[in-house]
Amino acid sequence: MAVSSSSFLSTASLTNSKSNISFASSVSPSIRSVVFRSSIPPSSHRRVMTVRSKIREIFMPALSSTMTEGKIVSWIKTEGEKLAKGESVVVVESDKADMDVETFYDGYLAAIVVGEGETAPVGAAIGLLAETEAEIEEAKTKAASKSSSSPAAEAVVPSPPPVTSSPAPAIAQPAPVTAVADGPRKTVATPYAKKLAKQHKVDIGSIAGTGPFGRITASDVETAAGIAPSKSSVAPPPPPPPPAAATGKATTATNLPPLLPGSSIVPFTAMQSAVSKNMIESLSVPTFRVGYPVNTDALDALYQKLKAKGVSMTALLAKAAGMALAQHPVVNASCKDGKSFSYNSNINIAVAVAINGGLITPVLQDADKLDLYLLSQKWKDLVSKARSKQLQPHEYNSGTFTLSNLGMYGVDRFDAILPPGQGAIMAVGASKPTVVADKDGFFSVKNTMLVNVTADHRIVYGADLASFLQTFAKIVENPDSLTL
Amino acid sequence: MQSALSLSFSQTSLPLANRPLCSSNVAPSFTPRNLRFCGLRREAFGFSPSKRLTSCRFQIQNRRFEISASAGNGAPSKSFDYDLIIIGAGVGGHGAALHAVEKGLKTAIIEGDVVGGTCVNRGCVPSKALLAVSGRMRELQNEHHMKAFGLQVSAAGYDRQGVADHASNLATKIRNNLTNSMKALGVDILTGFGAVLGPQKVQYGDNIITGKDIIIATGSVPFVPKGIEVDGKTVITSDHALKLESVPDWIAIVGSGYIGLEFSDVYTALGSEVTFIEALDQLMPGFDPEISKLAQRVLINPRKIDYHTGVFASKITPAKDGKPVMIELIDAKTKEPKDTLEVDAALIATGRAPFTNGLGLENINVVTQRGFIPVDERMRVIDGNGKMVPHLYCIGDANGKLMLAHAASAQGISVVEQVTGRDHVLNHLSIPAACFTHPEISMVGFTEPQAREKGEKEGFKVSIAKTSFKANTKALAENEGEGIAKMIYRPDNGEILGVHIFGLHAADLIHEASNAIALGTRIQDIKLAVHAHPTLSEVVDELFKAAKVDSPASVTAQSVKVAV
Repeated sequence: MAVSSSSFLSTASLTNSKSNISFASSVSPSIRSVVFRSSIPPSSHRRVMTVRSKIREIFMPALSSTMTEGKIVSWIKTEGEKLAKGESVVVVESDKADMDVETFYDGYLAAIVVGEGETAPVGAAIGLLAETEAEIEEAKTKAASKSSSSPAAEAVVPSPPPVTSSPAPAIAQPAPVTAVADGPRKTVATPYAKKLAKQHKVDIGSIAGTGPFGRITASDVETAAGIAPSKSSVAPPPPPPPPAAATGKATTATNLPPLLPGSSIVPFTAMQSAVSKNMIESLSVPTFRVGYPVNTDALDALYQKLKAKGVSMTALLAKAAGMALAQHPVVNASCKDGKSFSYNSNINIAVAVAINGGLITPVLQDADKLDLYLLSQKWKDLVSKARSKQLQPHEYNSGTFTLSNLGMYGVDRFDAILPPGQGAIMAVGASKPTVVADKDGFFSVKNTMLVNVTADHRIVYGADLASFLQTFAKIVENPDSLTL
Repeated sequence: MQSALSLSFSQTSLPLANRPLCSSNVAPSFTPRNLRFCGLRREAFGFSPSKRLTSCRFQIQNRRFEISASAGNGAPSKSFDYDLIIIGAGVGGHGAALHAVEKGLKTAIIEGDVVGGTCVNRGCVPSKALLAVSGRMRELQNEHHMKAFGLQVSAAGYDRQGVADHASNLATKIRNNLTNSMKALGVDILTGFGAVLGPQKVQYGDNIITGKDIIIATGSVPFVPKGIEVDGKTVITSDHALKLESVPDWIAIVGSGYIGLEFSDVYTALGSEVTFIEALDQLMPGFDPEISKLAQRVLINPRKIDYHTGVFASKITPAKDGKPVMIELIDAKTKEPKDTLEVDAALIATGRAPFTNGLGLENINVVTQRGFIPVDERMRVIDGNGKMVPHLYCIGDANGKLMLAHAASAQGISVVEQVTGRDHVLNHLSIPAACFTHPEISMVGFTEPQAREKGEKEGFKVSIAKTSFKANTKALAENEGEGIAKMIYRPDNGEILGVHIFGLHAADLIHEASNAIALGTRIQDIKLAVHAHPTLSEVVDELFKAAKVDSPASVTAQSVKVAV
């Protein structure tokens, strides 16, 4: 179960390991007579060629097949800095990972069009690369015309506080910064607080400091960002409903009531945006829920036996669900077009896991076929990859059925929102000693766990779900088949 | 003077008793080769090949009188109290003293404070103790790192006083070792502030002594720019910081050189947040740009550190009256006010200033330059008229050539070589330097831009070889694959121009390169040397092997060197 890996996740680091990717830049057609030669070998006599100038655009690369836009985490190079072929220039955050983007060309980073923290669609120019120093100015002019619509880079970087620049309160767009213009008071934030604010996209100017001398400390930022100050531990909630509601309103953000003093606006990370988008989409699917109590005495006993061999509860539950799904393929199906069933050939169980400031669903592929040990091992790998933001797309978006477990928090039952593209999601509560009466009327105490499945009623009907749950309960109550 | 000699008699039971045979006033008549032999291999004396033994015996017969008089330390020259007087018992003075005794000079060392100087008492030594703690804390706190080993450790914590004690105990231990090593050899340790009275004449306390040669080795003190008020509690220098009397929540470190970097490593590991203030446009100036870039990504960015570059701390006021430490920043170029910082403490690590006041330099017409004593390449002191002051040398931080403990010691040894009749010029480019962060940074020779500039001027090509710790078995076994080694060399003749290492135990790995530079070993020769597998030294081995040198290996080079 996801809780077993919580300690892994709690330190999720966003910057540790990144893969490298190179951007393909091309000659921008809009500039003066330009010769396109793919790459000029680094030579010390480069400057001789200044007659034929080249300014290349640096594009937002497509880091995965699903990526439509990317966020600039940081520019490794600054404007005017010299670039050598193969050097990392910018770190881009896609919906799932941070990646270093390298240059294919020698030259100078002439201008940054899209600043740190800002987002740009795939293929859009995020910066300009000049081949010679002489062209930097030209590129800058070009960049200025480009970025006139979007705020300049500095406006977004929450670094050393330049005491609220407030030229005019006229708001062109719902920018998060405009909130509190609180006079000449100087904002003092510790280095780590600033780092966290940047990481969690918290506007440091909007936080009230509680540290010594009123300074903003790391825990202030964490509180503002809504995370538990002590290294937020992992909570694997189901696709959470609150963001859905929030973003529902966010579409009409301009009409929002003014912020209460002391409150702060924290923009979504790419991952949070993805969650929000999915949750809104789920509203178009007619869903219903069926609950079922499952006796877990035998499962608990089995788990105690296998724990030492590295088998996790997550693997046990995924395996049980996988085996039940094998007998009820319709629950593993999905409805893509509203007109047909799409039966999936594999049973891929996605398991919801909370990581710092986000939610992700690593997928255990072929959960019905793999044995418990393999599944457990795989799960461990997936979790550590998720933590380092290294999951490959097929490792988080190939699920055919989702499992969400909040049992470790003592939650006895909850209902989950169906992720788009899947037929059903199972919400697992805690296993608790419960007094049950058997058919002869004898009372006994058994560990009982409530599971609640949300399904797409276009393809899955009540009886389907009920019989699927019956099968699932049988497997869990007689778990020996799990070890086969 | 006789009483001073008696000190050394305790040593006569050691096999060193015949050391003075290489000693004293007729020293210049010795052939340097024998001297060196006697000095370096004294323990092995009795087992030496008979040929050399004979040559030494020959000297013994020549010098029978002196031996009885001066076990351990040399006998003084006839007209002087000492052959060599060293002012300052830091690492430089210590190195010089030991080598002087080895060479048979009657030696005195004058110290006004404690033996060991900055390095042992307020520098390299206690800081290594703190860094040893910070390295372990870092490792224990890194849950991911521990998990990768399969280790489970409950929350790591530390006791500040315990850490501080470790540092001061280490300093005491090393200081005693240093003192004992000099006493054992019979160096006279004279207490008091030394000053030069005139040529070959030195005063300490109320005593005046004469020496044939004099070495000034008074070292340096932390440099505190004006406008900064050091109170020793909240605004401190490395002297105070090493006592670790407090671990502030937030400390500003002024200067991002070796000292600042090492302290940032210590403080962040112990839970502080750090703000660097650097006058130059980038952090870690002076390091090879590539190394400093990588180091910044590992040592600065992921840690609780931020920084202001291109600014001076024009005014720093200690915390008082319920106010935090206030730091006023001005632009380094325009001098315009830029920002004000409020922090809990500030560490001034802006470098070190020579400690040369009160040395009586005016008596011999020597004018310091920003406090540094001008010297030539042989460490001979130059007076105000640009003339050499006879018999007066200056080594270490006081001359400012290369402010490193081991450089001072090397300079001291070089001086002793010269005064005992063997001309010697120290190659400063072969002196390695290290910064003991986690992981460490080390370097020797030129940086890449320096080498390229030199290459352009002198018309040779410069090539770069690089290897990564990620490819090293031992580093991976330690889960410490982060790091690179980089060599700058001449592809035409295989000369090593510089080596820079950032990674696990980089400080220990640099010596293969620095020795090669010192001995003039070429890449094509050293690349044939064998390294144990799996060791970190293979990182350097790979570097040599990765180099593309046009000239072939000189088959005889190594055997020739062995014979010498």
